Amino acid sequence: MSLAPVGAKSERLLNLLIMLLVQRHYVPKEKIRSILYPDMGDEAFEKMFERDKEELRSLGVPIEVGSLDPLFEEPGYRIRRDQFALPEVQLEPDESAVVSLAAKVWEHARLAGATAEALRKLKASGQELDESALQIAQAHLMAEEPSFDALWEATCERAQVRFGYRRAGGESTVRNVQPWGVVRYSGRWYLVGWDLDRSEERVFRLSRVQGAVRRIGKPGAYRIPDGVEVREVAKRLAGPRTQTEVTVLARSGSGYGLRRGATSVEPGQAGPDGTADWDLITLTRTGNPVSELLGYGADVVVLEPAEVRSELRQRLTASLEGTP
Amino acid sequence: MTARASKSVGASKPAGAGGAREQVARLLALVPYLYARPEGVTLEQAASDLQVPGAQLVADLKVLFMCGLPGGYPDDLIDVDLDALEAAEGDGVLRVSNADYLARPLRLTATEASALIVALRALRGGASAETAEVVDRALAKLEITAAEAAPIDPGETDAELAALRTMLEDAVREGHQVELTYWVPSRDEESLRVVDPIALLSSGGFDYLDAYCHEAEAPRTFRLDRIHHARIRESAIQPDEATAQRRTPARSGEQLLALSPEEATAVTLEIGPGARWVPDYYPVEAVRENGPERWEVDLLVADPQWLTRLVLRLAPDARVLRPTWLADRVRTESAATLAGYDAIPGPGRP
Repeated sequence: MSLAPVGAKSERLLNLLIMLLVQRHYVPKEKIRSILYPDMGDEAFEKMFERDKEELRSLGVPIEVGSLDPLFEEPGYRIRRDQFALPEVQLEPDESAVVSLAAKVWEHARLAGATAEALRKLKASGQELDESALQIAQAHLMAEEPSFDALWEATCERAQVRFGYRRAGGESTVRNVQPWGVVRYSGRWYLVGWDLDRSEERVFRLSRVQGAVRRIGKPGAYRIPDGVEVREVAKRLAGPRTQTEVTVLARSGSGYGLRRGATSVEPGQAGPDGTADWDLITLTRTGNPVSELLGYGADVVVLEPAEVRSELRQRLTASLEGTP
Repeated sequence: MTARASKSVGASKPAGAGGAREQVARLLALVPYLYARPEGVTLEQAASDLQVPGAQLVADLKVLFMCGLPGGYPDDLIDVDLDALEAAEGDGVLRVSNADYLARPLRLTATEASALIVALRALRGGASAETAEVVDRALAKLEITAAEAAPIDPGETDAELAALRTMLEDAVREGHQVELTYWVPSRDEESLRVVDPIALLSSGGFDYLDAYCHEAEAPRTFRLDRIHHARIRESAIQPDEATAQRRTPARSGEQLLALSPEEATAVTLEIGPGARWVPDYYPVEAVRENGPERWEVDLLVADPQWLTRLVLRLAPDARVLRPTWLADRVRTESAATLAGYDAIPGPGRP
């Protein structure tokens, strides 16, 4: 009987998996060879067996290596049932509805595929997933940065990475990092981790990662220190966010970006042009508001705080003096 | 495994999509899926639940038919009722037995578990308190399926924006017109428009509505966080040629937001370190080093007012090199802004 290579290979992979799964003890390599790889030369067998194990492991099948007898050199292999199988999950109907909605969140090929695979496994465990029961605003997650996949997977597997990173100043340097987490903050993705060269925790904006991300070392190579909250580290290092209350005069019919979410708006105020066609607006901003306020040009005059006023004037004066 | 070869079913069936690894992955889900539903499942139902074409499922089952315990006896092999699927009198119901050891699906990989958990956290961000509670219960149950949930945090989702997006998606799907109040930052004005929605897009961290705007009588894109109010109208969209043209190609956000040279002014800026982010966030034609910590950036600009305000925001880290009329305009606006401060004394300066 002639075997098509791929069908025959699926069959061999599955038989290997079953053989290792049903035995309580390690199965000696020679036994595996005689049953599943008969009539093969030493080298061909070694190569094919290595590849088969790797393919199963890449699916998440936990193949252990050990031996029955410490004096017996030949290794054996097994798959522990408790590590192989998905634990029992019983979702209530409303819970299963939100879980099925998760399928549509990722607008990112790799992670949309991973989510679909996770849902397939949940259905395979007997879980019915029906989204029809629920009214909920659909969330969407994107990740356009080319480095996202590699850094996500390195984070999941705790594998050290090396990549080129361009700082805000412009020059690019090579970084060696133990990834602790990936965080979205203010609409951007950041990597939080331990910078091995600087021996410090650092935050990297994914859009500034240059070129390919390379793994250095094996998965599971380090531990994330206890008590690290990646979101807190990102907030702390990506820039402290202080709340500032700002009072401005804005020409009526302008400054819509400031009016959105403003604390108060009082029309009919006297403005710099002598007319009463201005509104007094009070608003709160996180971080330094000077750049945003500059963007309104002559339509907005800042009254308070004094530091914002003076920084804004300094920047405009420096700009008019002509040195960028 | 020779016992089965006497039947007409060989292993010489194509593995189909993705090769052997993917076929094994499908089988590791298919067997427990059938075990969990002992009452029997039709091929159509299984295909729809598992998102695998029916013909592929049959091909996969034929591989399964050749697998089993390592003894090599007929009793060791997995039983698959292929007659029910292939024979004329078959009832089309999938039946698999003698495979108890595969009755549970494989554990989620770290990537699968994190992708699912992060997606749920994102849903939670845009949910009402009541729904957030449901998401929390689901998350608590799913987190035990991951050996170790990776610390990946999707951040807060703006609940208002998520609701707006859902509403606009409904309008796109049902072909209803939308009335929206839109803020144009470059002109700093708000206007009421009636649009025919075409699609929702995402680019550079923002969501956009691609639509035909009846005010402009042209296709326009609207950034969702700049839509102040939106209301779905009873009226259906009016498909015209422009809309039909835009509807056909699936375009990415990047392409959509790019300008054509005919409708734009070529501008060259000189920027310092504080404005180095500009080429990362706006489409630019070229960036050249121009001395230490100095760069020249060429970009195409549709609206001179937008550029004037951008350069003001960046002051003093950016200036216009070309064209000179735009450089003059920025200088005039800067001087007028400063004059406003001279006219209105600030606190502590009566």
